[in-house]
Amino acid sequence: MSRYFTQEHEWIEVDGEVATVGITEYAAGQLGDIVFVDVPEEGKQLTKGDDAAVVESVKAASDVYTPASGTVLEGNAALADNPALVNEDPEGEGWFFKLTLRDDSELEELMDEDKYAAYVARL
Amino acid sequence: MRYLPLTPTDRADMLATIGADSIDALFVDVPESARLDGPVPGLPNHASELAVERHLSALAAKNVAAGSVPFFLGCGAYRHHVPASVDHLIQRGEYLTAYTPYQPEIAQGTLQMLFEFQSQVARMLGCDVANASMYDGSTACWEAVTMARRVTRKVKAVFSGGVHPHYVSVAKTMAKFTGDVLDTTQPWLVAETDDDRLIEKIDADTSCVVVQYPDILGRIPDLQRIADAAHAVKALLIAVVTEPVALGAIEAPGNLGADIVVGEGQSLGVGLQFGGPYVGLFACSEKLVRQMPGRLCGETVDAEGKRGFVLTLSTREQHIRREKATSNICTNSGLCALAFSIHLTLLGEKGLRQLAEVNHAKACAAAERLAQVPGVELVNDSFFNEFTLKLPTEARPVVRELADRGVLAGVSLGRLYPGEDGLANGLVVAVTETVTEEDIEALAAALTEVLA
Amino acid sequence: MSVNQSGWRPAMGEATGGAQATFTGNRALMLEEALIFEIGSAETTGVDIDEAPKVASRLGNHARKSAIGLPGLSEPEAVRHYTRLSRQNYAIDLGLFPLGSCTMKHNPRLNERMARLPGFADLHPLGPIDTVQGALEVIHQLAHWLVTLTNMDSVAMSPKAGAHGELCGILAIKAALEKRGEGHRKVILVPESAHGTNPATAAFAGFTVKDIPATADGRVDTQALKDRLGPDVAGVMITNPNTCGLFERDLKEISDAVHAAGGYVYCDGANFNAIVGRVRPGDLGVDAMHINLHKTFSTPHGGGGPGSGPVVFSKALTPFAPLPFVEQQDGRFVLVEEETAGEHHADSFGRMVAFHGQMGMFTRALSYILSHGADGLKQVSEDAVLNANYVLRSLEGTLDAPFGSSGPCMHEALFSDANLAQGFSTLDVAKGLIDEGYHPMTVYFPLVVHGAMLVEPTETESKAALDQFIGALKSVGERAKAGDTALKSAPHFAPRRRLDETLAARKPVLAWKEPVAPVAEAAE
Repeated sequence: MSRYFTQEHEWIEVDGEVATVGITEYAAGQLGDIVFVDVPEEGKQLTKGDDAAVVESVKAASDVYTPASGTVLEGNAALADNPALVNEDPEGEGWFFKLTLRDDSELEELMDEDKYAAYVARL
Repeated sequence: MRYLPLTPTDRADMLATIGADSIDALFVDVPESARLDGPVPGLPNHASELAVERHLSALAAKNVAAGSVPFFLGCGAYRHHVPASVDHLIQRGEYLTAYTPYQPEIAQGTLQMLFEFQSQVARMLGCDVANASMYDGSTACWEAVTMARRVTRKVKAVFSGGVHPHYVSVAKTMAKFTGDVLDTTQPWLVAETDDDRLIEKIDADTSCVVVQYPDILGRIPDLQRIADAAHAVKALLIAVVTEPVALGAIEAPGNLGADIVVGEGQSLGVGLQFGGPYVGLFACSEKLVRQMPGRLCGETVDAEGKRGFVLTLSTREQHIRREKATSNICTNSGLCALAFSIHLTLLGEKGLRQLAEVNHAKACAAAERLAQVPGVELVNDSFFNEFTLKLPTEARPVVRELADRGVLAGVSLGRLYPGEDGLANGLVVAVTETVTEEDIEALAAALTEVLA
Repeated sequence: MSVNQSGWRPAMGEATGGAQATFTGNRALMLEEALIFEIGSAETTGVDIDEAPKVASRLGNHARKSAIGLPGLSEPEAVRHYTRLSRQNYAIDLGLFPLGSCTMKHNPRLNERMARLPGFADLHPLGPIDTVQGALEVIHQLAHWLVTLTNMDSVAMSPKAGAHGELCGILAIKAALEKRGEGHRKVILVPESAHGTNPATAAFAGFTVKDIPATADGRVDTQALKDRLGPDVAGVMITNPNTCGLFERDLKEISDAVHAAGGYVYCDGANFNAIVGRVRPGDLGVDAMHINLHKTFSTPHGGGGPGSGPVVFSKALTPFAPLPFVEQQDGRFVLVEEETAGEHHADSFGRMVAFHGQMGMFTRALSYILSHGADGLKQVSEDAVLNANYVLRSLEGTLDAPFGSSGPCMHEALFSDANLAQGFSTLDVAKGLIDEGYHPMTVYFPLVVHGAMLVEPTETESKAALDQFIGALKSVGERAKAGDTALKSAPHFAPRRRLDETLAARKPVLAWKEPVAPVAEAAE
C-alpha cells in the first residue's frame, strides 16, 4: 500500500486496483469544523481533477478533486451522519470515497508523504 | 439639511485631521472628465418635510385607494384587514432599522422571529421546513422549478393552466437563459381545473409539475391525484398558493403530496402596496433542504448553553458559494415576513380558521348574488374566496366602466391574457372579510346597469 | 411628629456582588422571551372576526381535515412578545452601524409616513390604469431622478433587490449579445474583490466567470483585464467604488476597452452612495448598474429585506430592459406590459416579477430624494466620504490599513488583522465591539485582504458619534494587539454569548417541534 498527496490537499491510498481518497489533516484544520460532506455515488466515472465531492464548514464550501481517474466503488456513508469524522480522523475514518483506478501512471505526478510535508511547511 | 449632522466646523476639523485641504481632495481619484462643478444639473434642490409631504400626498390623492370604494380585486394580491398592532410593531426601530442578522448575539430578536416564521409557514403549508422568505410568490415559484431540476436532474417543468400568468411569465423569462424546458398553457373558462390534461403531460423527462391551489380562476385542483402521477415518474409536485388565508379552510398542499410548496404571503400583514414589497413563502420536505434556496434560520445554543438562533446552512448561498450557489437570491423579505408572522400569531389557529370561514361565506354570498345579474354566469363549482364570472360581453371595458362608477369590480381575464378570445369575457372576483353586503349590492347593481 | 411610618429609607446597597442567577433568567431590562409555540395556544386569538353569513360551503371535498398547529396570542401578549424580542436587536436607531458595503444610514420616518398614505399602501397592482395614475407617476418621477443622477438612458424599476438587479443587468447583456448574433460570448470578467453575488449571478445566466486580479494598491489590474478581452468575452462586472472602498480610477479606460472588444460593462452599484450627486456612472462608460434603494436612498433594511434594486441602462442596453415599465403618453401614465411591448419594445427580455416592483420602497426612496434634492445628495456623498476618511486616518495607527497609502478612501475604510497578537482574529475584534455597544463592521470581506474589517460610517453620523466609535475600536484593537484573552470569549454583555454555528449546521433544527416527552426508563 502506498499513499500519495495532491497540491489541493487530497490524499489517495492505493491498495492493488482500489484506491481510497480523502482530505489531509492540514486541509481539515484549515477548514475548521466540518458540517457537511457530499460524496459521489457508486458507479460514477471520474477523470483526474474532476470535482468529486464537496466538503462544507460553517463559513466555507470546497470542492474535493479526484487525484486519479476511475470508477467510484463507494462513498463513505458514515460522513452523512457524522461529518465530524473528517476533523477527528481525516486520513483514516474520515475518508471520502473509494474508486477502481483506470491508469496507475497518473499517480506518478503526485507527491509522497515527505514531499507533501515539505510542501505544507512552505505554505 | 435635516438628515446630515456634520456642521461646517466639524467638516473643517475633520479635513484637518485627515490632512486634506478640501473635500475635493478626497475625490481626487475621480477622472477629470467625470467631475461635476456643482450639483447634478436639471434637478431641484432640497425640500422641507412639509413640502415633500405635500408633493407626495397630492400624488397619492390621484389614486383610488381600495378602502375608499367597493373593492373586489384579487388574482395574486388580496385586501385583508391588518390589525393595528402589526404596523405598530414592525415600525419599532429595532426591527425596521436592523440589518440581516449576521451577528447573532445582537440579533436574536430578528432570528427568533424568523425561526417562528419558518415554523408557522411550514405548518401552514403542511411541510417539514420553510425558509426565511423570498422576494415574492412569482420568484419563489421559479426558484422551486430550478430546485426541482437540481433534485431530479431533469429539466422539463409542466405548468398547469391555472398558474398565475405573471408567475408563468417570470418562469418563461428565466428559462430562456437557463435552458429549462417549460410546458405551459392557458386556462379554460370551465368549472373544472385541467388535472387530467396535466397528468397526461407528465412523462419520464418531467422534473416537476407546477399547480396553483386555488388556481387563477379560483378553482381548487385535486393535488393528491396530480402528486401521485408525478411521483410515479420521480417528478416533484410544486404547489403554488397565492392566497394563504385559504389554508385556514382547505387542506395544506404538503398534506396532499406536494414536495415543494411556494406562496405569496402578502395576504397576511403586508397589504396591497401596488404590488410590492411582498413576501415569498417557500417550504419543502426535510430531505430536500440542502437544495433549498434562500436564507434559513436554525436553533442552536450559546457558549453558556442557552438556546439561541443563527442563520445556518449558508454554504448554499451565493456569498460563499459564488458561482455554485443554489440561487441568485441573497436576501429575504424580512420586514414583510415579520408582518406576516405577527398577523398569523394574532390570528392563531382559531382566528385563521374563522377568517377563512368569513372569506368563504362572503364569497359564496357574493357569487350567488352576482350570478343573478342578467347574462352573468358563475364559472366555478368550487372556490375559496375568489371565483370567476362569465359576462355576456368582454370584461375589460366593463371593469373600466365600473371603475368610472366607483366600483373596483375585479380583474378581467382580458387584462391577464390579452388576445385570448376564449377568456375575454371572464371576470375574476375576490371577496374577503373587508367586503360588506352593501359592497356586494353595489357591484351587482352597477354590473346590472353596465350590462343592460 | 409622625416618624416615617412606611419604613422606607433609600439605601445604596453594596457596590460589589449581586451577579447571581435570577429566577426568570431575565437581567432587569434584558428580558428572555419564549417562542410563540411555548406561550400561545390554538384556542387563543388576538383578532375578533365578524360572524360569517350562513351559507352552504363551496369548498367541495377540499375542506381541511387536520389541525394546522398554529399558536395564537391575545393582542397584549403579542405586543409584549414582539416588543421583548425587538429589544434583543441592534439597530441604526440605537447607534452607529458600521457595516461596510451595507450602508446603514438613518432611515427618515417621513418616508414611512409617505409609504403608508392609503393612496399608495392600499392600492391593488391590477387596478384599472386610470385609478392608479398617482402611483405610476411616483414610479415615473423616481425613474427620472435615477436616470438623471446616473446620466444613463433608462431604468428598469421592477427588480426586487440588489442581486435581482444584477441578474436583470446580466440578462439584458445576454439578450443584447444574442440579438447581435454573438451568443457565443460566454465569459464574464469579474475582479477578485467582487461581491460574491456577482459570480453567482453570471453563472446563473449561463456565463463562465473569469477572475481578474487586483493590484497592490487595491484596484482592478487594468492591464490584466485588457489582456483577457477577446471575442469570447461578454462583458465585465465591476464594483465602483470597489469593495476595498477605493474609486476605480481606470473605469472609463476599462469601459472603452471593453466596448472596443465588443463587450458590455456592468457596474455593481452597491456603493453608489459614495458618489451619488457628485459622479455620474454614465460618464464612466457604464452600460448597466443596479441601485440598492435600501443603501443609497435609505429605505429601511428591515432586518434583512425587503430591498429594491432598479437597474439603469445605457442606450445600447435600453431596448432589452425587462417588463413592465411606466411610460408617459399624452399626459397620461401607462404601464407597458406583455400586451403592448410588441409595438416598440419587442426586444425586452421579459418579465422578472409579478406586478411592478417594490412600490413601497419607491415611495420611500422618492421621499428621501426629494428631501435632499440635487444639492443635498451631493452633500450626502461628500459627508459619507469625509466620515470614512476620518475613521481611516484616526485608526490607521492602531489597526493595519492595507491600502492606507493608496490615497483617500471613498465611503468605507478597510483594515486587516495583520498586526493583531498571535491567536487573535478579526472575529475577536468584532465580538469585542459588541460589548462596547456597537454592531461590528463587515468582517472577512473583501476576500483580497486577510481578516478584513470594512468600516462604513455613512453620512448620518455626527462627529461626536464617530469620535466615540473610534475610541471604542482603538480600545478593542489595542486589547487584541496586547493579547487580552477576555476578548476571545466576547461578547460578555450581549443577550447571548457566542453561538454554536457548527451545531446548527451539523444538526439543523429549522422549525419548532413539540418536545418529545422523555422516555421513562424501562421498568425493571
